[in-house]
Amino acid sequence: MRAVITVIGHDAIGILAKVSTRCSEYNANVIEVTQSVLQDVFAMIMLVDISNLSIPFAELSDNMSALGKDLSLSIHTMHEDIFNCMHHI
Amino acid sequence: MLNAYDILETIRMIQDECLDIRTITMGISLLDCIDNNIDVACENVYNKITSCAENLVSVANDISKEFGIPIINKRISVTPIAIVSAACKCSPVKFAHAMDRAAKAVGVDLIGGYSALVQKGFSAGDIELINSIPEALSTTEKVCSSVNIGSTKTGINLDACKIMGKIVKDCAESTVDKACFGAAKLVVFCNAVEDNPFMAGAFHGVGEPDVMINVGVSGPGVVRAALSKYPDANITEISDIIKKTSYKITRVGQLVGVTASERLGVPFGIVDLSLAPTPAVGDSVAHILEEIGLEQCGTHGTTATLALLNDAVKKGGVMACSRIGGLSGAFIPVSEDAGMIDAAKSGCLTIEKLEAMTAVCSVGLDMIVVPGDTEPDIIAAIIADEAAIGMVNTKTTAVRIIPAIGMDVGDELDWGGLFGCGPVMPLKKQSPSKFINRGGQIPAPLHSLKN
Repeated sequence: MRAVITVIGHDAIGILAKVSTRCSEYNANVIEVTQSVLQDVFAMIMLVDISNLSIPFAELSDNMSALGKDLSLSIHTMHEDIFNCMHHI
Repeated sequence: MLNAYDILETIRMIQDECLDIRTITMGISLLDCIDNNIDVACENVYNKITSCAENLVSVANDISKEFGIPIINKRISVTPIAIVSAACKCSPVKFAHAMDRAAKAVGVDLIGGYSALVQKGFSAGDIELINSIPEALSTTEKVCSSVNIGSTKTGINLDACKIMGKIVKDCAESTVDKACFGAAKLVVFCNAVEDNPFMAGAFHGVGEPDVMINVGVSGPGVVRAALSKYPDANITEISDIIKKTSYKITRVGQLVGVTASERLGVPFGIVDLSLAPTPAVGDSVAHILEEIGLEQCGTHGTTATLALLNDAVKKGGVMACSRIGGLSGAFIPVSEDAGMIDAAKSGCLTIEKLEAMTAVCSVGLDMIVVPGDTEPDIIAAIIADEAAIGMVNTKTTAVRIIPAIGMDVGDELDWGGLFGCGPVMPLKKQSPSKFINRGGQIPAPLHSLKN
């Protein structure tokens, strides 16, 4: 089972570190990260393995959103199936 | 492999373009609750609903968080109560109260199925149920009611049209203190479907399994946003863009439905391929038609653009899910669509145009506010007109109009939330009473004889 964490907002120092630290706290293994900064807008997409998650998925999603609020960023944590089903036949 | 563009597109659809799952509806059969003692039957109904739907809301909320997509409504539909209550031989209003208590206990938004199917005549329990609808809807919060008065196979029960004209008015009068909201919880159908997940017309047909999960999707905002990127596309290209968008929307419905069905241990029924608007900015079906090229919804060209939209939504959605059902198509509830509200206020959208629109899209005259002094026979004739469109075109049509008691053209009823607000729309004053009072059955059309 894998999830996609997307982080969008103003660029700042340590965003990747803070999000990946939180992933490790919940035993979510980061598999792949892509990030770009365009005109100060930071966009990061992180693929994480959630097979051995230490908390329920819904809680992970809530906690990541809360982290986003603290950092003034928009963080979405979504199961990869929603993207696979929408964009692949 | 996932790519960044696809991921960001999905998030934009949900965040900015109001993509959501409009409803997860659990259909529950109450046939095994029947008893000739109404109190025993009601207890059976309460127990069955609360045990089947115990986890519906929590499972839907978990799925919503995991996939990051809002699931707006969690609902229940049940076997038409006229069938369940027939053996009791008394007013079935106690069933409405049992349904309301059960709906509140499990935390769903609405419960549908306070219904009767009388397209070919009245059987035991039907008249009692129909007569009790105003009381049932004015003394409950979550109960929705529907009555099927016609079908392509049977024709139209004109006696039932007449009765329903009065019942609609009574429902409004008995809920004047709630902005006549009773009438908004009552739908009169022709060709009602048995697996519809949308309210107020959902009921669980007798041919359905014991318990089932049906899903209704939505996304007018997504379709409009997709079209806005192609301002110079020709109409064939417009149809293709709608199909592709509808495919994506419907795939999410399929995913959510299958996941909910697995977790609840209940068979998955259908996805209703729908474009259901809300009064929220950017969630309007009327605005899609305007994006295609109308100055305002309701003007000449509205029927053609809506026909194209409705057809493309189905064609795109049909490959995206394993089974399709319900009402599938674009909805045009006036009070629930910001573009329709504006068009009705400006006078561009009239009830006659809405009637034409119902011939080419999902359902019918929906959430339309009419003057409070409208005679019941006029409402009955509106129902008969709409049923005729459904009967002849072999499609579902419905009437959900709200007589605004004490109000006239120029006034407005406001319910807030998803139900929105509606300006009072003018009706013809000339009487159809002689036609309505003839009674009897309008025979089924020739093309009903397909065997």
